[in-house]
Amino acid sequence: MSPHGNPEEPASSASEIKREAPKVAATTPAEQQHHEAPWSLWEVFVRSSRGLSHVHAGSLHAPDAAMALRNARDLYTRRNEGVSIWVVPAEAISSSDPDSKGAFFESPQGKDYRHATYYTKSEGVKHL
Amino acid sequence: MTDKDTDFAIEGHGDISVGVQGAGASGDGSASATRITPGNALRPEDIALEVRRGQVKPSEDVAEFALRIGDDGLILAQRLGHWISRAPELEEDIALGNIALDQLGHARSFLTYAGAAWDKSEDDLAYFRREHEFRSAHLFEQPNGDFAVTIARQFIVSYYQYELYTALTASKDATLAAISAKAVKEVDYHRDHSAQWVLRLAGGTDESRARIIQGFKLVWPYVDELFEDDELTTRLAEAGVAVQPSSLRAGFDRLTGEIMAEAELDIPAVPQALGGGRRGKHSEFLGYIIAEMQVLAREHPGASW
Repeated sequence: MSPHGNPEEPASSASEIKREAPKVAATTPAEQQHHEAPWSLWEVFVRSSRGLSHVHAGSLHAPDAAMALRNARDLYTRRNEGVSIWVVPAEAISSSDPDSKGAFFESPQGKDYRHATYYTKSEGVKHL
Repeated sequence: MTDKDTDFAIEGHGDISVGVQGAGASGDGSASATRITPGNALRPEDIALEVRRGQVKPSEDVAEFALRIGDDGLILAQRLGHWISRAPELEEDIALGNIALDQLGHARSFLTYAGAAWDKSEDDLAYFRREHEFRSAHLFEQPNGDFAVTIARQFIVSYYQYELYTALTASKDATLAAISAKAVKEVDYHRDHSAQWVLRLAGGTDESRARIIQGFKLVWPYVDELFEDDELTTRLAEAGVAVQPSSLRAGFDRLTGEIMAEAELDIPAVPQALGGGRRGKHSEFLGYIIAEMQVLAREHPGASW
């Protein structure tokens, strides 16, 4: 059963939101101290409409994944920007090293044969 | 809530295109994740337009009823707005602000519609009525307290409003049904928001659990008033325009009971307050809220910005 507790909830609104929020377990004093730690950082990806990819929209703080989704909904889809949201713990993202830009990204430069620039467009073919 | 606001809607839907053109549902590859379109939902301006054109006019009973639920939303929005810049976290600040704006939106629609019966605008009703002319229930004017009190109040409000608006979508009054259909989706999210926080506060630390228990103790006395029937609701229920508030109680009890059970919280054993908000009898808190809400409009009548 969803924590929402309503088996008849309408197929509207937050139906894309995963409602199975893990319930916070009773805590020991040691864990309570941990609770005082700031909320962790999450990266937010929003899909603006069907058929498009999720695009990085920004980041936010949240205590867990369920709340991160809700915070993302409140922060990043206030102006009708999205039909789907992903949230990812920021620490789960591995990123390329900014200092290795040369080795990583300069190789493709000048290799214009990798672009489809040498083809002539056939007549009457649409959407090219 | 100014004349300027309502005038741009003279042509109705589809005029406020503030979005980036061409990034619509066509699956355009250049569409952006931060595309801005206003969407196409029922707005208070649309109701104002229908009123001006004489397409809708509520009966006295319907207007009185719309005034009640509009005032609920208005007073709650004013209360919740106080959290802006004061919530425990930035994210929660915005969440409460969004909920306040949703409530204000419902209030604007209901008050615009109610005002049509008396040739009054939403602003006339919001800013130029006196305390005893407000029809909100006592729960909505209860102080914010700490975050747990606000969540406890929000939990009761959103589960009540969900039942109410769901029922009103079947109203024979088309405008009430349309406003409710828009509102119920937003209130569904408010339910989720408050339920998530009830579970987390109850299952969090000893401190958070003690606070949510205390929060429920403070606001639970105002539950019964929400479900009181009176002559107006009886007449409207018989006409198929509204439902008896008492008929919403079973659904409210069942759904709130499930969350309370999951949170291992008891329904507080507290006596119920006398109520009277629907008859214009309010607690000591309302006067201060409306003083703050109305001062600008009364000091500078007709001002717009």
